[in-house]
Amino acid sequence: MSEKPSPKLSTLITEGIFSKNPIFVLALSLCPAVAVTSEAISSLGMGVSVVYVMTMSSLLTSMVRKLVPHKVRVPVYISIIAFNVTFVQLVMMAFLPDLFQSLGVYLALVVVFAIILARLEVFASKNGVIPSAVDGFGMGLGFLFGLVLIGIIREFLGNGTFFGIHVIPEEHFTPILMAILPPGGFITIGLLIGLFNVIGKRRAAHAAAELPESGA
Amino acid sequence: MQEYLLLFAATVLVNNLVLTRFLGLCIFFGVSNNFDASLGMGFALTGVMTITGIITYLIYYFILVPLGLHFFTTLTFVLVVAVTVQLLEIVTRRYLPNLYQMWGVYLVLIATNCVVLAVPLLNVDHHFNLMKSIVHSMGAGVGFGLALVLMASIREKLETSDVPEAFQGLGIAFITAGLLALAFLGFSGMIPMG
Repeated sequence: MSEKPSPKLSTLITEGIFSKNPIFVLALSLCPAVAVTSEAISSLGMGVSVVYVMTMSSLLTSMVRKLVPHKVRVPVYISIIAFNVTFVQLVMMAFLPDLFQSLGVYLALVVVFAIILARLEVFASKNGVIPSAVDGFGMGLGFLFGLVLIGIIREFLGNGTFFGIHVIPEEHFTPILMAILPPGGFITIGLLIGLFNVIGKRRAAHAAAELPESGA
Repeated sequence: MQEYLLLFAATVLVNNLVLTRFLGLCIFFGVSNNFDASLGMGFALTGVMTITGIITYLIYYFILVPLGLHFFTTLTFVLVVAVTVQLLEIVTRRYLPNLYQMWGVYLVLIATNCVVLAVPLLNVDHHFNLMKSIVHSMGAGVGFGLALVLMASIREKLETSDVPEAFQGLGIAFITAGLLALAFLGFSGMIPMG
């Protein structure tokens, strides 16, 4: 991963969602991607929490980046992330207790998401406050996008619903129970990774095909 | 005694952390392409989890609860796990060089991993006593090791088979894990989780 000296803010966001999607392309922080995605609404809750934690952690890390000695940086980063996660936990416990119950232990585990620590180390510790916050936000959005996509597919197949609303009349639909069980999570992600690979290859091939023409 | 044996079996098979709770997938997919590494990782994780399970239990019930600092649980456990792993690395390197050769590489990977953090959090969630915490932590490590070894054996066979281009690597690994999880689903209901 090599960052340009002054990356454009808009590319930071699109990179997070498509070409560097944390789940399908970088394959980081997969645990929650399978665990909370049996329904779309809990995926959304998890995704939004991650967006918040990533944005704020990047922002804070970038603010203190010149004060922290190099040797103790990892414990400092982890403390910053843990602080933000605890904040989200307390807020969610107070205002959205049902969601808090369904996310369970996985919300606390946001602390050790490899993707967050990786962005702090690679990006926020070397860039200014605003680009760092935007980078965290973009990567978080990519994660949110991936989670919700998996959640929608699994909930639809396993329950015939879309965010809890029945979209197919129940008498015409036999739910595939496996989709909301653990194996369904693994298999859905496996298929989506395959799909992202195909799309990525197509785009690369297109780009390669167009390049000589534009040069001539 | 029977209670503990049941808890152990339930943690290894029914509530297998990787295959039914999806914890530690990064390690699971990262290490399982090598059989020997999987075995080593399984042992290292079992050791680390048991030790952190005991330490976090003591800290939670003798420091956090009396002081009413429950909301610091996540922060404390992360730091405890990270520090414990670092200490283990230093101690084994100094006094048990043979063990260090087996473990050393994996300890670095384990330091900030969700499965190692999840086990103490689950111990607290289930209100386990000290003995149960130890059994649960150990079972979690053994279960992880079992899943790793199974997966590694399957992936060794996969290497010689003809996988569609788009699914090579991680794609097929996920689908294989899905089938493995399906097999482990057969254990559910065998032992009621107390």
